[in-house]
Amino acid sequence: MTKPALRLENIVKTFPGVRALDGVSFEVLPGEVHALMGENGAGKSTLMKVLGGIHQPNEGRILVGEEPVVMTNPLEAKAKGIVFIHQELSLAEELTVAENIYLGELPRKSFGRVDWAKLHAQTNEILKKLKVGFDARTTVGSLSIANQQMVEIARALTVDAKAVIFDEPTASLTDAEKVVLFEVIEDLRNDGVGIIYISHRMEEIFKITDRISVLRDGQYRGTLVTAETTEDEVTQLMIGRSLDLSRNHEHAELGDVALEVRGLSCGDLYRDISFEIRRGEVVGFYGLVGAGRTEIAETLFGLRAPSAGQILLDGQEVHLHSPADAIERGISLVPEDRKGQGLVLGMNCRDNMTLPQVGDLTAGPFVSDGAEVAIFDQYRDKLDIRTPGWRQLVGNLSGGNQQKIVIGKWLSMHPTLLIVDEPTRGIDVGSKSEIHKLIRQLASQGYAVMVISSEMPEVLHVSDRIVAMYHGELIRTFTSDEVTEDSLIQAISGIRAEGGGKAA
Amino acid sequence: MMAPGRLSTFLRSGAIWAFIALELAFFSIAGQFLSASDTAFLTWDSLLLLLKQSAPLGIIAMGMTLVMVNGNIDLSVGAIFALAAVILLDSMTWPFMAAMGDWSLPLAWVFALLVGVALGAVNGFLVWKTGVDAFIVTLGAMLGFRGLVFMYNGEQPTSHLNWTLVDFAEAQFLGLHTATWFLLLVTVGMWWLMNRTVHGRNAYAIGDNREAAVNAGIRVGPHMMINFMIIGFLAALSAVVFYSETGSVNPNDGMLYELWIITAVVLGGTKLTGGSGSIVSTLGGVLAIQILRRGLNHIGADTSTVNLVIGLILIAVLFLDRQLNVKGKEALRI
Amino acid sequence: MSEAAQERPARGAGGLTGAKVGTFLAKQGILIAFILFMVGFTLANDRFLDPDNILGVIRSSAILGVMALGVTFVVISGNLDLSVGSLMSFSTIVVLDLHDTLGPALAIPAMFGLTLAIGAVIGFLVGYLRLNSLIVTLGMLSAIHGLTLTWSGGQNMDIADKEGTWFSVFGQGTALGIPVPILMFALLAAVLGIVLAKTPFGRKVYAVGGNGTAATFSGIRRARTVFTCYLISAFCVATAGLIQASRSMGSQNTVGQGMELEVLAAVILGGASLMGGSGTIFKTVIGVLILGFIQNGLLLIGLQFYVQFVVTWIIIILAVWLDIAAKRGRLLSPIA
Repeated sequence: MTKPALRLENIVKTFPGVRALDGVSFEVLPGEVHALMGENGAGKSTLMKVLGGIHQPNEGRILVGEEPVVMTNPLEAKAKGIVFIHQELSLAEELTVAENIYLGELPRKSFGRVDWAKLHAQTNEILKKLKVGFDARTTVGSLSIANQQMVEIARALTVDAKAVIFDEPTASLTDAEKVVLFEVIEDLRNDGVGIIYISHRMEEIFKITDRISVLRDGQYRGTLVTAETTEDEVTQLMIGRSLDLSRNHEHAELGDVALEVRGLSCGDLYRDISFEIRRGEVVGFYGLVGAGRTEIAETLFGLRAPSAGQILLDGQEVHLHSPADAIERGISLVPEDRKGQGLVLGMNCRDNMTLPQVGDLTAGPFVSDGAEVAIFDQYRDKLDIRTPGWRQLVGNLSGGNQQKIVIGKWLSMHPTLLIVDEPTRGIDVGSKSEIHKLIRQLASQGYAVMVISSEMPEVLHVSDRIVAMYHGELIRTFTSDEVTEDSLIQAISGIRAEGGGKAA
Repeated sequence: MMAPGRLSTFLRSGAIWAFIALELAFFSIAGQFLSASDTAFLTWDSLLLLLKQSAPLGIIAMGMTLVMVNGNIDLSVGAIFALAAVILLDSMTWPFMAAMGDWSLPLAWVFALLVGVALGAVNGFLVWKTGVDAFIVTLGAMLGFRGLVFMYNGEQPTSHLNWTLVDFAEAQFLGLHTATWFLLLVTVGMWWLMNRTVHGRNAYAIGDNREAAVNAGIRVGPHMMINFMIIGFLAALSAVVFYSETGSVNPNDGMLYELWIITAVVLGGTKLTGGSGSIVSTLGGVLAIQILRRGLNHIGADTSTVNLVIGLILIAVLFLDRQLNVKGKEALRI
Repeated sequence: MSEAAQERPARGAGGLTGAKVGTFLAKQGILIAFILFMVGFTLANDRFLDPDNILGVIRSSAILGVMALGVTFVVISGNLDLSVGSLMSFSTIVVLDLHDTLGPALAIPAMFGLTLAIGAVIGFLVGYLRLNSLIVTLGMLSAIHGLTLTWSGGQNMDIADKEGTWFSVFGQGTALGIPVPILMFALLAAVLGIVLAKTPFGRKVYAVGGNGTAATFSGIRRARTVFTCYLISAFCVATAGLIQASRSMGSQNTVGQGMELEVLAAVILGGASLMGGSGTIFKTVIGVLILGFIQNGLLLIGLQFYVQFVVTWIIIILAVWLDIAAKRGRLLSPIA
C-alpha cells in the first residue's frame, strides 16, 4: 500500500467557547484527488488554517509522508510541501506575474538585485506547463479572475509540492476555464501529488475526485469512495439527521402582490427579470455565484441603479435611489456579508438593532433609551437571541446570534418585503434550523420574503416558489410542488426545460 | 483591446509630464502678456535654477515615495531635516572638529546623515514593534523631533558658515548645480532600489497586499524599518545639501515640509494606500510644483495664488483619478 | 486574524492578569495618566494647583480645545481634517478685517458664514464625492492659506481702535469670574458632547465611522452624516478664530499654522481611533487638558516650552500603543 502524501491524525482545535475541530483524521494518497466536503461552518476553513500553519492544533498531529510536522506560519507549510490555492486570491495586483509567483523568494544577484533573467525564465517555464495566454511580465491586475487563479496555481508549482489544496477553485470560473483547471489538476495527479479539493459542487466532485471525506460540526464523518457512492449518500453524511431540510409543503395563505418586478435589467449583471412576490409567500432565488441574484436584491434595496425595467410595491411604481429610500417604502435586506454589510461590529447589540430607526426613537431631540431597550428586549425574546445583555458588542456574538440581530433589526421595522441573502452562511446547524423556521413563520404572518441561497436543500426547505437563475437571466420559476432537484440543477446550468417557458 | 484600468494607469504615469508641458506652455505664453519681469520664462539659467530649487523637497520626496509605496507615511521629515541641519552646522564648531580644519567637513556630513538614519530608525522600530499606525507614530515624532531641535539650541538660530562648503554647494558641474546633482543621484539611486532590488520589490508587495506578503514569508517589519531609515537619511541629505550653502538654520525650519512633499508625491500618482507609485513620476510631481511656483511668480501672481492653485490642483487630481476609476452607472452605491 | 489574537493569552503583558490590567489601562489609561501628571506636577511645584494657574491653563487651551471638539466628530466618522489650522487663520483674519469695515455685530456672523461655506466645500468633497479626506484637507490647507493671504494682502491684520469695541469680550472678558474663552469651550463641549452621545445624529456618526458600508445598508445617509461632521468642525474653527482674534485684537496670516496636527494629537491622546467609530467629546477634552497641563507643568518646574513637544510625543505613542496592546492581548505587534 502506498504511503499517504498527507495525513491528519485526530486534530482538535478549540477557540474560546467553540470546539471548531473535534478529532478530525483523514489522509490523501499521492496521485489522489480527495474531496473535502461539509456545510459552511462544518470546520473546513479551520482545518485549512491548521494545515496552512495559521492555527496550531490543540491536539493531534499532521504527517507529511511519514514525518510528523509542526507548522507555525504559512511559509513553513509551503516549505513542507503543503500548498494552497485560495478562494480569495492573495495576489499583489500591481506586481507582475513573475513577481507574484516568486513572492518572498525572488532570485537574487549581487547587491540585493533581482535576477530578472532567471526569474522570467523560470516563470515562463511554469506558465508553459499551464498553457496560459500571458507571460511573466504581465501585471497581475490586468488579468481576468480566472487567469489570476492560474497565477496562484503556478505558485504551487514552484515548490516540490506533496499536497495541493484547492479551496472552491471554480467559484468564479467559466466552463472553458474549468476545463483548463481540471487538466492542470490531472497533470498534478499524474506527477504523484496529493490533492485536496474543497467544493460544494457535487457534479465537479463526482467528475474529478477519487474519494470524498466529510466534516460536520467540526467532526470527521467518514470517507467514501467516489465511484461507489451517490450524491444522496454524501449529502446524508454532510447534513446528518439533526437538520430537517425536507421539502416545504406548508403554504401560508397568500395575500396581495407585495412586489412586482417587470423587465428589470442592470448592465451586464442581469437582464430582463420579471417576477412577483405575494404577502405570505417565500420565493427562493437559486443559482450559482455570479448568477445575478445578489445584484437584483441590491437593486431592490436602492444600492444599484437599474438600466431598464420597473419595480412596483403594492402596485405603485417606485424609484429607489438609496437604502434609505427603500427602507422608507418597506423593503429590508439582510445582506450576504454579515460582518461587512450587516453589522457595525464595534457597536453594542441594541444600537445595531435599532440603527435604521434611531432617528425615530426619540424623546425630544435625544435618543430614547427606554424605547431602544424595549425594542431590543422584544426581539431578543422573539428570536431567542442569546447575549449577556444589550451592552455586549456585536462582534463578540456567535454567527447565529449575529444573524438574528440583523434579522431583528429589520423585523422591528415591520417591512412589506424582507430580502434575505444567504441567511445561514457560516452559522451552526442548530441556528440554521431556527432561522429556517423563522422564515416560514414570517410568511405565515403575512410578510413577503425573498430568500437568496446557494444551498439547494435550504431553498427547497423554505420556499413556496423557486426562481432559477443563470448568468444574469431568469431561467424558470418552479412551484415547490413541481420542482425536482434535477430540473433545478438543469435550470441553473442554463438549460431551459422543453416547452417550459418562463413562468411568472 | 485595452484592459480595464490601463487607461488610468497610463494617465497616472504619463499625466504628470503632460501637466508639466502644459504649465511650461501656459507660463511661456502668459508671460508674454503678463510678465512682471522682461525676461522669458524658459531660459537655460532659469531652468537650472528651477532644478536647484527643486532639490531640497525633491530629495525627501523620493524617500516619501518609497515609504508610501510600502503602505506607510512619514510626517516627521521636516523635523528630521531641521535636526540634521543643526547637527551639521553645530558639529563643525566642536573643538576637535574645528581642530581638523576642512577635514571636519565630511565628518560633519556623516554626523548629520547618521542622525537622520537614527531618527528614521526610531520611527521604523516603533511602527514595527508597537503596531501603531505610521501616521500616528510620525505625527508624534514630528512634535518630538522638533522638540529635540529646540532643546539642542533653544530658540536661537544655529549658524556656521564654512566657505569651502559654500563653494562646494554653489559649484556647477556640467552646468548643473551641486544640489541638482544630488537630486539626480538620489532619483537614479531610488529608482534602482525600487525597481531592481529584492528589497524594493518586496516594499511594493507589502504595500499592495500585506497579507499576501506575510503569507509568502516576507518579513514586513524589517523592510518597513529600512524604508524609514532611508527616508530619514534622505531628509538629512537634503538638509546637508541645503545648509552647506546657507550656513544658518532656524529651529522652525522645515515646518510643513511634509505637507508639500506629500502633495508632490500624490501629484506624481503614488497611491495613499500603498503598492503603487513611481520615482520618475514623483520627480515630475516635484518639478510640477516648482514650475507652478516660479511660473505664477513670473506672471506676477504672489504666494497666495501659488498656495491656492496648488491646493486646488491636488484636489482636482484626486477627483479626476476617482472619475477614471469609477466602474460605471450600475456600480454599487455605497 | 481576530481568532488568532483571541486565543493567545497576553504574553507580553504577563499572563491573564496582564491582559486585565491592559484592558483597564486602555479604557481608563488616559484619565490615569492625567491624574499622575497632576499629582507629579503638584508635588514638584505648589503653584501648579493654584486656581489662577488652573484657569490660566484652561484658558490658553481653549482655542486648541474648541477646534479639537469639531475634529473629534470628523475623526469618529472615519475621516481626517488637516485644514483646521489653516481655516482658523482664515477666520481670524476675516473677522479682524470685517470688524473695522462692518463693525463687530455684522463681522462675526459674516465670518461664521464664510468659514461654514468652506467647511461645506470640504464636506461635499469628502462626503458626497467620496474623495480621500487626508488629501482633500491637505489640499484645502494650502488653498485656504492662499485665500487668507489674498484676503489680507499678506499684511498683518489689526483692529484700529482697540479700546472702543466690545469685540474683546470673547478673548479677554470674564463672566461670573470665569474667563469667557473657558465658558465658550465648556458650553460648546457640553452641547457637542450631548449631540454626540445622546442624539440620533451622534449615533449615526459612530455607525458611519465604525462600518460605513453597514451604516449605508441600514439606511443611514452616509454622505450627509460626513458632510455635517465637517460643518461642525468648521463651526468650531470659526469659534476658535473668534476667540483668537478677540484675544489678540490683531493677527498674522499664519496664526493657526501647524495647529491641525496639535489638534489631531489631542484627539488621538483622548483615545479616538483614526480608523473611526470610537472616541468621545469628554475624552478629547481630557486630551486637550493633558496637553495644556503638561506644557504648564513643565514651564513651572523651569523647563522650556519645547520640552512639552518631546513629552507629548512619548505620551501619544504610549497612549495609542497601550490601547492597541490591550485589544490584541499582547504588548508587541505580531509583525514579523
